[in-house]
Amino acid sequence: MLNKDQIAQRIAKEVKNGQYINLGIGIPTLVANYIPDELEVVLQSENGLLGIGPFPTEENVDADLINAGKQTITMVKGSSLFSSAESFAMIRGGHVHLTILGAMEVSENGDIANWKIPGKMVKGMGGAMDLVASAKNIIVAMQHCSRDGRSKLLKECSLPITGIKCVNKIVSDLAVMEVLPEGGFKLLERAPGVSVEEIVSKTEGRLVVDGEIPEMTFDN
Amino acid sequence: MINKTVKDADEAIRDITSNAVLMLGGFGLSGIPENCISALLKKDISGLTCISNNAGVDDFGIGLMLKKRMVKKMISSYVGENAEFERQLLSGELEVELIPQGTLAERVRAGGAGIPAFFTPAGVGTEVAEGKEIREFDGKLYLMERCLKADFSIVKAWKGDTAGNLIYKGTARNFNPMMAAAGKITIAEVEELVPAGELDPNTIHTPGIYVQRIFQGKDYEKRIEQKTIRK
Repeated sequence: MLNKDQIAQRIAKEVKNGQYINLGIGIPTLVANYIPDELEVVLQSENGLLGIGPFPTEENVDADLINAGKQTITMVKGSSLFSSAESFAMIRGGHVHLTILGAMEVSENGDIANWKIPGKMVKGMGGAMDLVASAKNIIVAMQHCSRDGRSKLLKECSLPITGIKCVNKIVSDLAVMEVLPEGGFKLLERAPGVSVEEIVSKTEGRLVVDGEIPEMTFDN
Repeated sequence: MINKTVKDADEAIRDITSNAVLMLGGFGLSGIPENCISALLKKDISGLTCISNNAGVDDFGIGLMLKKRMVKKMISSYVGENAEFERQLLSGELEVELIPQGTLAERVRAGGAGIPAFFTPAGVGTEVAEGKEIREFDGKLYLMERCLKADFSIVKAWKGDTAGNLIYKGTARNFNPMMAAAGKITIAEVEELVPAGELDPNTIHTPGIYVQRIFQGKDYEKRIEQKTIRK
């Protein structure tokens, strides 16, 4: 089973040279720690920055420089700043190559739910609905099951939807899966020590297991 | 050049009354008009509609206006980090319209730019789409969103001049430029106010035409919500 950092580390292997990438709050933010130095990529913060750098040192903390999770950040060389309207114009316009975000549920046709639990949690969707409606390539970081053991990879989402038919790939604590165009989760890799049978038993939606399923490898 | 300068926040917000529709710039606590919020808190007004990406935190920003029950309705994209907000919302005391962040930014932009409505893919197939016109363009579904305007837009900039030209700093720009254009009356508070002519016209983010009142702010706290340091 993968911990949060390992999920982030596995997702980082999906990053390609030259990409502009939007990282969501939570596990997706950790992905930045595992992107190989030799790759030239630019991280977008939807509150108006291209070129997120590392967190600041104590002396460099700037209240006027935060990421979408409201954490203090720095800018890399060659950064640019812009308004929220410009930021979502580049998201909606399809200029961001890769979007990585968290999910509470994903359905077998690629629907995602991550913004609301009726009667319990009303924080709002933030930029998630804009991102999932327009992004070309969406990778979801999530836990395979809820704390009480129920699958979060479902036939249909039970929570209010954030976007429809938009998720391309999922990295959970148990497996890497691809959402097939005709529907269904195609099992690509399993976490170290996790059996195919366990993944089958913890996936409520249609899981396609084709041939030998390799165990994930980590380069470092 | 037309001089837009007013003395302070109290003078800038003097004619904001109950039931007004306000836009307030900022993302989280970054780039919020601290001085004007403090001045509003001193007034005995209520029934306000506030359009702002977030609703502050319990003891800072718009959160303080919620606590004083000055706000009837919030139009926002994300309202976490605020327990009082969540309480008022779940108990039905506060009306809330949650809209996708990009849609919020564009509705405000449209309001200032004379565009009554537009089509966006954000929210198709979700509860955001309920009651809205859906149309297909080139094989993809979009929903119609209307523009937003305000009686008063209250923005915060880094530098400004007496003609109302504004320059923002870092990610404190966020919603401020679009809101500046979408208010019937736009109030700008700045960290540094200079005479017209001292700012390089090449660097202006918000042209002065959108700003009716500007003042030199003071005592900025610039509170940080999630101070995060390199390990």
